Amino acid sequence: MNYTLSVVLGVLAAGALDLIVLQTRLLRRKAFWTAYAIVLFFQLIVNGLLTGLKIVRYDSSTIIGWRIAYAPVEDIAFGFAMALATLSLWVWLGRRAARTTSGADR
Amino acid sequence: MRLTYLLILAACLIGTAPLEVFLRTRVYARLPRLAGAVLPIAVVFGAWDIAAIAADWWHYDTRYLVGVTLPGRLPLEELLFFIVIPTCAILTLEAVRARKPHWLIGDE
Repeated sequence: MNYTLSVVLGVLAAGALDLIVLQTRLLRRKAFWTAYAIVLFFQLIVNGLLTGLKIVRYDSSTIIGWRIAYAPVEDIAFGFAMALATLSLWVWLGRRAARTTSGADR
Repeated sequence: MRLTYLLILAACLIGTAPLEVFLRTRVYARLPRLAGAVLPIAVVFGAWDIAAIAADWWHYDTRYLVGVTLPGRLPLEELLFFIVIPTCAILTLEAVRARKPHWLIGDE
């Protein structure tokens, strides 16, 4: 196991959470991809700062070696999995509340 | 500077705060739902981080950290990262919804 393989598994797990487990299907929604494009832009800045300033340093054997704005490409996948899993949970919680209450305080 | 990482996270929260005010995203206003979405993420991704630190996949330069280390050698800033970034992502999604209400998200 290395960082590269773990982020591939992380992205697959987040996708399964969205499409199968919680069935929020954000991966099929324009609103998600629009929000993700904005999130990605800022993730590149934050990841670039964390890596460019060398606040975090990666062992070269754990990453594939491709870098975007200083940060390993794996960080993009890590950030995608985190955003997708978060938003899937957020929408699932809202959907559940909408079905059990009037939805006034979702 | 030891505040560097913390300031980056603060900038994320400050930068997204106007969304709550001007686009009425109502993310912080729905704190239980926010916590319900973010806390499991912080636990899972925090555990991922702790495993990566233990495996020496990466390490942190203590010159940029306030110096509070949590169990699993996790810097405080890393735990906060897993709370701040998901919160910003939710604010972004709700901001998109505020501007494009006809783009359904699935909880309508």
